[in-house]
Amino acid sequence: MNLNEWLKNNTFHHSNFWDLKALVEEKERLGITISLCIPTLNEERTIGKEVVIFRSELMTRYKLLDEIAIIDSGSKDRTRAVAESFGADVYLASEILPDLEPKRGKGENLWKAIYQLSGDIIVYIDADIKNIHPRFVYGLVAPLIYRPEIKYVKAFYDRPLAFSGGVRPSGGGRVTEILTRPMFSLFFPELTAIIQPLSGEYAVRRDVLAHIPFPIGYGVETAHLIDVYQKWGMQAFGQTDLDQRVHRNQTTRDLGKMSFGIIQTFISRLKRMGIVTNDFQVGTIFRQYQVQDRTFEEVEQVIAEEERPPMIEIPEYRTKFKVE
Amino acid sequence: MRFCPPRFCPPRLRPPASRVPALLAFSGQVIYYCIAKMEKGIIEILEQLPQIHSRIHELRETILADVVMIGEIPAPTFHEERRVEFLVNRFTESGLQNCSTDEVGNALGIYPGKTGERNILIVAHMDTDYDSAVDHTISVHTNAIVGPGVGDNAVGVASLSTLPFLLEHLGIELESNLIMMGSARSIGRGDLGGLRFFLGNTDIPISHGLCVEGVTLGRLSYSSIGMMRCEISYKVPEEYDWTRFGAIGAIVTINEVMNRILEIPLPRRPRTSIVLGSIHGGTAYNTIATEAVLRFEIRSESGEMVVDLSQRIADIAAEVSSHSGADVSFNVFAQRRPGGIQFAHPFAVRAREIMKSLDIKPRISPSTSELSAFIDKKIPAVTIGLTNAEDLAKPTESIEIDPTYTGLAQLVGLILAIDRGHCDEPK
Repeated sequence: MNLNEWLKNNTFHHSNFWDLKALVEEKERLGITISLCIPTLNEERTIGKEVVIFRSELMTRYKLLDEIAIIDSGSKDRTRAVAESFGADVYLASEILPDLEPKRGKGENLWKAIYQLSGDIIVYIDADIKNIHPRFVYGLVAPLIYRPEIKYVKAFYDRPLAFSGGVRPSGGGRVTEILTRPMFSLFFPELTAIIQPLSGEYAVRRDVLAHIPFPIGYGVETAHLIDVYQKWGMQAFGQTDLDQRVHRNQTTRDLGKMSFGIIQTFISRLKRMGIVTNDFQVGTIFRQYQVQDRTFEEVEQVIAEEERPPMIEIPEYRTKFKVE
Repeated sequence: MRFCPPRFCPPRLRPPASRVPALLAFSGQVIYYCIAKMEKGIIEILEQLPQIHSRIHELRETILADVVMIGEIPAPTFHEERRVEFLVNRFTESGLQNCSTDEVGNALGIYPGKTGERNILIVAHMDTDYDSAVDHTISVHTNAIVGPGVGDNAVGVASLSTLPFLLEHLGIELESNLIMMGSARSIGRGDLGGLRFFLGNTDIPISHGLCVEGVTLGRLSYSSIGMMRCEISYKVPEEYDWTRFGAIGAIVTINEVMNRILEIPLPRRPRTSIVLGSIHGGTAYNTIATEAVLRFEIRSESGEMVVDLSQRIADIAAEVSSHSGADVSFNVFAQRRPGGIQFAHPFAVRAREIMKSLDIKPRISPSTSELSAFIDKKIPAVTIGLTNAEDLAKPTESIEIDPTYTGLAQLVGLILAIDRGHCDEPK
C-alpha cells in the first residue's frame, strides 16, 4: 500500500467535522448507536469535567452519544461518586462479567466495556485529559460515520507550540519514538503511518472490538493495531488530529514499565506469526534500580501482559448480543 | 373594568398600606385597580420561581459545560476575540437573530419576542484580568468549579449562552426582545468600552438593562457612584543628577505622593474614599528605582467631589515631582458618573421581591460596572450576581455550583417581570 496515499485519505483533522448537526443527521440516517467509555482509576480531579462536557455537548445539545459510561478499576478516591453525580453510568469493572476470574488493568476495563455498553461504535477516552473538549469524541467518531470502510480511528495530537514553517518532524511520545515505531518499522512497516499508536483515545466498531483479544495492561493499544491490521489491513484505520492533549506527564521510570509491557505484546504477536518460536519464554519481572546513600538497589516488579480472548468467544456476550 | 375593594382583595394582592392612601388620593379606584392587577401579575411570577428553579437544575450539565468552555478561553481585556467567537456560535446554534460582532468586538444576538414592545439588553462582560499565558484549565468538582476567572465572569457569560436554551426548556415565550450581549473591553482600562459603544451607536430603543455578574448571589446594584481610576507614573530622567536631593529614586517619590494623598481630609457626606490599588516600581535589590507607578481609584457619591479630588491629587503629583525633578504623568483610565434608579423604582422593588422569594438575601450596593453605562444613557438597569465564590481574582478562584441555579432562576424571574411590565416606571 502507498502510505502517502493512505495518509492523505485516512488522516483527518477534527475541524473537518465541525458541523455536528450534519454529523448527527448522518448518524441517525445510518441508525447506529454510539457509546462513550471512560476507563478510570482515581481520576476525581478530571472526571467531572469530562462527563459534564460530553453530556452537555454530545447528548443534550447534539445527540451524538447514546451512552456515557465510566468503567472503574476500583478507585480509592471519589471518582465514581463525582461521575455519577453528573449523570454518567458508572460501573465497577469487577462487577461486569463477575463469573470470570478478576483481572486489573486498563485493558480489562476496555474489554468489559464491549459487554457492558450497547453502542454499535464505542469510543474510548482517557480520564486524565485536562483540556477536554467535544472534539475528542466527534473527531474520532465522524470518520466511522462518514466512511463505512473505516473500522478503527485513532487520535493523534499535533499542535507545536512554536514553529517557523517548512518541514518538521511529526511525532508521538517518548515510548512511541524509541520503541513502538522502531518495532513497527521492523515487523509491520505500514503501521508506522499511525502517528501516535499509543494514544488512549480511539473509536472502534463493535464488530471489530468483539473479534480481537485484549491485553489487560500496557500492550492493549499496540495489540489492537497489530490485530486489526492483520485482519482488515491499513484501509480499516483512520486517524484524527485533535490538536493538543494536556495531561499528566509520566516519569521515565513509568515509561520503562510501559515499554516492558509493550515488548511482551510485540513478542506474543511475533510468536503468533512464527517469527519468534513458541518455546521462547519471555520474563515477567521488570528490574529497575535506585540509589540510596551511594548504595544501588534493585527494584523488581512483575509485569505480565495477560490477555482476554475476543469478546465474541464469551458465552454471556453471545447471549446478551444474540450472536449466533 | 372591575374594581376590587380592599376588603375583598386577597391579602397578598393588597398594596402595602403605606402606598394606598397616597395613591388613592390621586385618582381613587382606577389607580388601585391597576396596582392590584400589577401585584397579581408579579405574584404569579413569584409563584412560578420554585418550579423554574427546579427545571433549571435539569439543565445542569449544559450550564456547567458552558462555564467550563468559556472559562478555558483566555480573554484578557482588548483580546476577547476567541471568547466572542464561542458566544456568537452559541447564539447562532440557539437560533438567535442578528448574531454578530460589532466594531469593538461585542458578541450580540437577539432572542425575539412576540411583539417586541420592549427591548431588554442583558449584558455580561467577557474580559478577564488574566493574560493568555496563564493556565486557564478549569476543574469540575461535585459542588464547585475551580479556575481563573470562573466567577468573574465565565459563569456570567455562560448565563447568556445558555439562556435561550433555558427559556425554551422552561417553555417561556416573551413579548419583549431580549438583546444578549457579551461585552468586550469592559474591565480595567477597557472602561466599559464595549457597552458604551453599543449604547452610543444602536438605533434600538433599550427599555431596561440587566447586567449579569458571576458573583455574588444577592448582589443588587441599581445605582452608580462617582468614580475615577487614575495612574501616576514617575520616571527619573537618564541624565538625572542623583546628588541633587539625595539618591532616593522613583519608589520613594511615589511613597511621598501616597503619604500626601492619605493626608487629604475626606468628607463623611457625601461618602467618599480613595483606594490605593497597586504600586509597581524598581527592578532589583540594589538598584535605585528609576520608574514607579501608582494606581488608585477615587469614589464618591458626588461627581463633583471625584473631580475635585482628582485635581488635588494631580497637583500633589506635580508638586512632588518639582521637588525631585522626576518626570511625572497623571492619567485617567476610567470614569463613572453617579446616578441610577431610586430604591422605590419598580425595577428595584421587583428585583428585591424576586430575591426574597428565592430566599436570596439582597446585598444592595452601588456599582461601577456596566450599570454605569446604562445610567449615562438614562436607561433603568440593575446588576445581579449569580453564585458564591472563593479566592476571587486568584488562579484558584472557585464558584459554588448549587447557588448558580438560584441565581439563574432570579435572572429568569427578572426577565419575566420586565417583560410583563412590572418594572416600568409609573407614568
